[in-house]
Amino acid sequence: MATINEVQDAIIEEFSLFAGDREAITEYIFEMGLKLAPLAEEHKVSQNVIKGCQSTVWLVADLVDGKIIFSADSNTGITKGLISMLLRIFSDRSPEEILNTELYFLEKIGMSGIISSQRSNGLTAMIKQIKLYALAFQAKAKANA
Amino acid sequence: MSNTLDIQQIRAQFPVLHQEVNGKPLVYFDNAATTQKPQVVIDALDNYYKGYNSNIHRGAHALADKATQAFEETRKTAAKFLNAESPEQVIFTKGTTDGINLIASSYGRQNIQAGDEIIVSTLEHHSNIVPWQMLCQEKGATLKVIPINAKGELIMEEFEKLLTANTKIVAVNHASNALGTVNPIAEMIEKAHAVGAVVVVDGAQSASHFDIDVQALGVDFFVTSAHKIYGPTGIGLLYGKRVLLEEMPPYQGGGEMIKEVSFDGTTFNEIPYKFEAGTPNIADVIAFDAAMKWVQDLGKEAIRAHEAELLAYANEKLSEIPGIIFYGTAAEKVSVLSFGLEGVHPFDIGMMLDARGVAVRTGHHCTQPLMKHLGIEGTVRASFSVYNTKEEIDTLVQGVARVAKMMA
Repeated sequence: MATINEVQDAIIEEFSLFAGDREAITEYIFEMGLKLAPLAEEHKVSQNVIKGCQSTVWLVADLVDGKIIFSADSNTGITKGLISMLLRIFSDRSPEEILNTELYFLEKIGMSGIISSQRSNGLTAMIKQIKLYALAFQAKAKANA
Repeated sequence: MSNTLDIQQIRAQFPVLHQEVNGKPLVYFDNAATTQKPQVVIDALDNYYKGYNSNIHRGAHALADKATQAFEETRKTAAKFLNAESPEQVIFTKGTTDGINLIASSYGRQNIQAGDEIIVSTLEHHSNIVPWQMLCQEKGATLKVIPINAKGELIMEEFEKLLTANTKIVAVNHASNALGTVNPIAEMIEKAHAVGAVVVVDGAQSASHFDIDVQALGVDFFVTSAHKIYGPTGIGLLYGKRVLLEEMPPYQGGGEMIKEVSFDGTTFNEIPYKFEAGTPNIADVIAFDAAMKWVQDLGKEAIRAHEAELLAYANEKLSEIPGIIFYGTAAEKVSVLSFGLEGVHPFDIGMMLDARGVAVRTGHHCTQPLMKHLGIEGTVRASFSVYNTKEEIDTLVQGVARVAKMMA
């Protein structure tokens, strides 16, 4: 399995192919969102909603064999695409891997120029929530050890 | 061509239109939010600051005199623009919202009592709901709402049923910002007057499209915003019947609005100055004069004919897209087209259009009660103006068709 940074580099490589074509980039993000596995309706509840997002985003995390499996969904296509990228990077990783990662792909692909500043804040909120889950699972593992 | 306007010549007067957004030529279809400004308006602002910036009505010098004259010239132009009886019946506000708040605070507080009723409609912008709600809460009055039919038109029979001896104010928009519906305000004013109610018309979405004749309408108050009529942001007009304005207490205290101040008490200035406390937005008022004259020179009939042609064309072309849903299909509309795609969030359509250089508004358009009534989160709204073209609509339609295909 590729490391987190290898996945980040792969995404940067994919985006570089569009050479800054905003329309193609936007469509690519939407396509990634369309491939995102839908979240079961039972998980679309208020306690799974991430605060600070313009769209509604539900994020669920489960620890399986020491790895966190994230699943998520949103009411908008563009946000599904953004989630899809984050899940590709962070899902099926140990809490330590997630917490020790420096996220550089967003800056490299120029995400702030692709999505609005309000959506950027939402994206930051999603990343924060992912890291909070990692922190919680790590604390739980230490307590059980 | 159905009209005499030279659209390319008009477009040439709008510097902002000639740019690329996201690598594509800008298509500006957010005119119901704010229109772009022609060069004459930009020049008027520039000339004021470069040539005769000074405070008005008080300075004993040449620049102040020139600024005062230009400022008051706008009031005269605005009176003609609305066909008001006299310039002093036109008050400069910050915009439509400010105008409605002025009426609610001044006229409303003076005249509304417990048990009175205020009527608004389902189509109202939050600006024409919230000030009346606040007034009702303060006074123990009741807010009543005119319902709409499936086309997004007011149900007039229901309006008539709401009118009673307790009705004191009817506040309704001339045209809906979210659906484009043009409301039969002449008829509504007549019916409201029959029960002794005062009518406030929110003309934010109508004044750039229609000739407004406040005297023929017999309207008590008419408010609008300059920035939706090719003018600057931050100013608006409030027209009121003289007898009402003269009886109303001031809205804010400060300079300009006083006749004489002593610590024992203050006497207030006459209309319009009674309602214009503090140094006004001089530059933008002066530049608005150029905007109104620019509109009058083109002629609203010709503007409206062009916009109607664009609306019909957009309707026809968009209706060919599978899954398209139109919101608001009133018989009479301004050039506002609200739509969606089945199963697609309006934000997504807006974002995909933006990537193609097309600027539209998405969301609830500050009409949450209307969206709730329609059972939707929001719409995509394309609103057309005199400088828009059919070629631009083709770009919009291609964008929407692409989203429909991708998300299908």
